Amino acid sequence: MVNLVQNEMTKLVGKRRFVIISIIIIALLSMFSYAQVKQAESIKERLGTVDWRTELQQQIVDMQNRLSSAGQWREQIQIQIKQSQYYLDHDVNPAEPGAPTFMRGFVQNSAELFLPLLIMIIAVDLVSSERSMGTIKLLLTRPVSRFRILLSKYIALILSVSLVIFLFGILSYIISVIMFGNQGWSAPVLTGFSTQGDTLDISAVRLVSQWQYIIQQFGLAWFISIVVGTLSFMLSILMRSSAAGMGTMLACLIAGAILSNMVSSWDSAKYLFMVNLGLMDYVSGSAPPIEGMTLGFSLAVLAAWMLASLMVSFTVFTRKDVY
Amino acid sequence: MSDITLSVQGLRKVIGKRTIIKDLSFELKRGEVFGFLGPNGAGKTTTIRMLVGLIKPTSGTIQICGLDIAKNFTRAMRHLGCIVENPELYPFLTGMENLRHFAVMISGITQARIDEVVQLVGMQERMNDKVSTYSLGMRQRLGIAQALLGKPDVLILDEPTNGLDPSGIREMRAFIRFLAEEEGLTVLVSSHLLHEIQLMCDRVAIISKGEIIRVDSVQQLLSSEERLVWRLLPHELGRAVLCELTTLLDETEETVTTTYTERLVGEWNRKLVDAGVSVLEMNRKLPALEDLFLELTGGESIG
Repeated sequence: MVNLVQNEMTKLVGKRRFVIISIIIIALLSMFSYAQVKQAESIKERLGTVDWRTELQQQIVDMQNRLSSAGQWREQIQIQIKQSQYYLDHDVNPAEPGAPTFMRGFVQNSAELFLPLLIMIIAVDLVSSERSMGTIKLLLTRPVSRFRILLSKYIALILSVSLVIFLFGILSYIISVIMFGNQGWSAPVLTGFSTQGDTLDISAVRLVSQWQYIIQQFGLAWFISIVVGTLSFMLSILMRSSAAGMGTMLACLIAGAILSNMVSSWDSAKYLFMVNLGLMDYVSGSAPPIEGMTLGFSLAVLAAWMLASLMVSFTVFTRKDVY
Repeated sequence: MSDITLSVQGLRKVIGKRTIIKDLSFELKRGEVFGFLGPNGAGKTTTIRMLVGLIKPTSGTIQICGLDIAKNFTRAMRHLGCIVENPELYPFLTGMENLRHFAVMISGITQARIDEVVQLVGMQERMNDKVSTYSLGMRQRLGIAQALLGKPDVLILDEPTNGLDPSGIREMRAFIRFLAEEEGLTVLVSSHLLHEIQLMCDRVAIISKGEIIRVDSVQQLLSSEERLVWRLLPHELGRAVLCELTTLLDETEETVTTTYTERLVGEWNRKLVDAGVSVLEMNRKLPALEDLFLELTGGESIG
């Protein structure tokens, strides 16, 4: 089994998948961190000071101004105002500048779309490329059962997801340390927000060190990536061409991003996997797309989708005729 | 262990409502090269894919060295080496990496065995180059090396000379004969070229529309179907003489075609000369696959 997994990893390395992914991460990171630096500079110019209290105060005023014309966003903005007010009252800087803060923001924003996209680069042609190359005929005529062959591919996928998340963390750390410095690992961050209707429930709010918060975020990002990877893996078995699988998965992810903003009154949409990918928002305290959704609920829905697609994958792969 | 290495009984495959393969049965012995002859679309590749476990038969059994591939897949596959259609390998890996990849999937293959098969197919010098830089002939050889890794008892090659140049074809034929005669392998080869099968195989099964229409030794099959084309002067007289000796199968303005019977041909020739006919040309002709098919299927055309 170890040998088979090693084979799969050799092939992924041979296809230069990890090199491509690293390059994409580095390119995007440089852009984002540069944008961040520019933004800090422009705020500094505008306010004439970098004191975060003034900045936060300004943001709250901005949000209050937007409140009257916000329409359906009203609820969310109110929650954000309350949250910011809480930071201000308790003298906690929500954006302690430094590498950890940047990483926190970067993971938060990439977990729903960017990281899943990187995972798809690996997962979506894991099986379909063997088919399009014709090597599947050699693979399946070895004295190894089809179940074990697919299992080795799935284990390789899990290893690759972990590796990509690791690369993502290391690269974002290196680049942000260069741009912003290494301070702020133990800065306190508020977590444990939960929302009921339009009220921000702060009864469970507590302070955690930023590094704990980041580890938690990376854990959630890893889980989201595994789920998206598993679904892409299934598409890679069901569909002959990698492009078709990629397209389908992309459509789902983008649909998820759009739906999250408009399904608040379509209750049963909360069982769709793509609406549940915003795990980070539960932790940071934004309102869920549909009332009543919680972190636990989303984790359960995603796990159910993952298990179902694994079952489909193995059933189809072990039975299918190969032409 | 018995001499039968591959045994197929009552093999059928139904896809939708169409029966693609109808009740195939045959047995292969150790050390023989067996040809699978038929036009494109006759069911050769489907049958081979069932033999190697890529497609599940609707009914019927396949045994490799006495092991049923439906019940004992991994143990049966241990005795089998194959190339189905083109030798597709990973283009982004080197030849050696490809062989290692397949070697670890079979228990007990050492680096020494890998080197041995590389030697056998004569690919030592290019093993560290990427497969994407190989010519088709080299890929074919690497494909065979890969098939031989596990010291199989049965080797299945689907159209092994497809796309090779004439010298490559000759080499491949010699290599297949060598494997059967010296190494005692059973080799199953498919082809749509009669000429090829004739030069390479001991026995042949002719397959058309999913059915085996004849299994015979190559010698037998050919001798019964061989033709002799005569060019005679004067044509009319010669034709009359031959007419008395044997049946005329075909004639044009200048030539007459008769059956070929080795022990009688000399006699026919003498009679013609005695009658004052000069024999300008005597041409032994192998039947084309098309003719053989017409003959065997009674007018059913290819395809």
